[in-house]
Amino acid sequence: MSAWVNKWRGALGKTSRNTDAPSVAVRETRATSPFWVMVQKEFGDHIRSWRFVILLGIVTLACIGSLYTAVTALKDGAQTVGGDANFLFLSMFTVSSSGLPNFLTFLSFLAPLIGIAIGFDAVNSERSKGTLSRVMSQPVHRDDFLVAKFVAGLLLIAVVVFSLGFLVMGTGLITIGYPPTPEEFGRVIVMLLITTVYVGLWLNLSLLFSVRFKQAATSALSGIAVWIFFLVFYGMIVNLVGNALMPSDPSDVQGYMDAQNLLTLLSRISPAQLFQEAASTLLLPDVRTLNPFVTQEQAYLAISSPLSFGQSTLLVWPHIVALIAETSLSFAATYLLFMRQEIRSRS
Amino acid sequence: MTTIEAAEPVIQLKNLSKTYGEFTAVDRLNLNIYPGEIFGLLGPNGAGKTTTILMMLGLTEPVSGEAIVCGVDATRNPMQVKRKVGYMPDDVGFYEDRSALDNLVYTARLNRIPEPEAKSRAMTLLERVGLAEAAHKRTGTFSRGMRQRLGLADVLIKNPRVIILDEPTLGIDPEGVRELLALIRDLSRNEGLTVLLSSHHLHQVQQICDRVGLFVQGKLIASGDIDTLSRQLDGSPAYRIELDVSPWSESLLTALRGVEGVTDVQLKDGAEPAEGAGIVTVAVSGTSDVTAELAQAAISSGASLFGLRPLRYGLDDIYHRYFEGGEKRERLG
Repeated sequence: MSAWVNKWRGALGKTSRNTDAPSVAVRETRATSPFWVMVQKEFGDHIRSWRFVILLGIVTLACIGSLYTAVTALKDGAQTVGGDANFLFLSMFTVSSSGLPNFLTFLSFLAPLIGIAIGFDAVNSERSKGTLSRVMSQPVHRDDFLVAKFVAGLLLIAVVVFSLGFLVMGTGLITIGYPPTPEEFGRVIVMLLITTVYVGLWLNLSLLFSVRFKQAATSALSGIAVWIFFLVFYGMIVNLVGNALMPSDPSDVQGYMDAQNLLTLLSRISPAQLFQEAASTLLLPDVRTLNPFVTQEQAYLAISSPLSFGQSTLLVWPHIVALIAETSLSFAATYLLFMRQEIRSRS
Repeated sequence: MTTIEAAEPVIQLKNLSKTYGEFTAVDRLNLNIYPGEIFGLLGPNGAGKTTTILMMLGLTEPVSGEAIVCGVDATRNPMQVKRKVGYMPDDVGFYEDRSALDNLVYTARLNRIPEPEAKSRAMTLLERVGLAEAAHKRTGTFSRGMRQRLGLADVLIKNPRVIILDEPTLGIDPEGVRELLALIRDLSRNEGLTVLLSSHHLHQVQQICDRVGLFVQGKLIASGDIDTLSRQLDGSPAYRIELDVSPWSESLLTALRGVEGVTDVQLKDGAEPAEGAGIVTVAVSGTSDVTAELAQAAISSGASLFGLRPLRYGLDDIYHRYFEGGEKRERLG
């Protein structure tokens, strides 16, 4: 384990040096470690692929669409919705008009798609093309292969998500002519980071399927099935459970609260729910709590003002941790599965 | 051969076993392969050849026994083994939307060869395997034979001490096979590479292998050079001669049978031809080289000799005896 950590440390150190003086440093490092060679190759493959072009197209459309919605809404005087002109810039990401989805909705919808699209054939296509056994017979650790796939995918996702975010910010800046405060900028950056983690989770899930299923189509389908499950059915199931759990006695306050808390907990297993709550809390500083219940005292005594950036982050910190934990869990599953598989040519 | 065997073996398999559930893929295999030789692992499909190779590379773990390659335990230290051993899997695949050169450079860089050196080495190797003009073409457009040759270049780019080729000649046209085998032989002879190749294609293996091992149902039932193998087939004739004679007569048959060392005389087409029919082919088996005596016997008994072909015992025959004679296999195994 410590060897692994050291390897990472060394690799990270190397990259940071590389960014200082890119071309020269690469020449000078006598030989890049196989891991980074693999990451480079994967990244290059993604960027050259048609699927990336298609994804980029969809994402750009979504970006233009959400901007259009936001600008129309703002023109119609939607500031009243946000309630606070202070956060006008943020409302660009959250307001919508005439039923069109806003940026956040687009993002929560597209994020899983990006993750699945990037990862669904990562391992099984190499297997079926006979390249996996060739790469594995080189002096390369088996886990490096998997981690390289993940890291390359995550880097790509980060690039896409951040460029999308900056694009919206930049275009919005030009259109509405209202600059963001540092706090608003920070909120958007953290939101984009969370999005990256969220897409990373879906990338990991699709990697898991690509290790498990030999056919790329099966793996893509299972990824999409899980996505639809969380998007549509999970909420229904939680509601169903909720109805069964609610105490029959309407005066049983404690019972009500327990049932409701359990429901919240259940619904927060879904990564989609976690992402939704975390991102919207960050972009809507007025959200003061994510608890379904607020006692009268709490509501009465609370200062009616938006939360500071730090407090908002604190509020969604558990969500971020949960997202990362879910990502780690699915990566661990992928890892276990992959390490136990036998690698033969084209099977 | 004796000089080679005196050296320390490059690949040493000791009681290597691998089971998948109930099924035993490799059963207590013992095998030594010496530096500089070309060893052919022969066996029908599913005999456990690929599994054995995977265990030599540490790509799969044996249930028991050990595989020592270049003095390193392949199960414990697969990385060290993989640095020294080049492996070309059966039906090798490449990244199809990358060029041949890119594919080779990638492999080289996975072996920690710096990029400029990797490029020059890749070009040299591409030239060597005759793919220089296709270096910048996408490998997706390559034919099977080209892919196989590129596979050989891919194996060689890390400067290995041992190369392991799994079914290298499968699915290539005869001319391609000839070229590939000539290349492999050349590599082994000129650069002292140890080559292990697996195949179920006997003729091809026969052409270039110093030694072969016959592998059936996870067991190595015989190994050695081809002469040794044919001698190991106990009770079977070591020499076979075919004669084309005319006219056919009983006296001729007796004369041929009478030659010293002849164990069996059989008509090629089975059925007994009428006396005085056209040219008849007979197959004679003997314990020593009786070709000259047979010719003399045929002529002195009044027949004309149209053809005389001493047949060397080919791997084909050996193969048939081992794999198709069920009881024989029991006896020999």
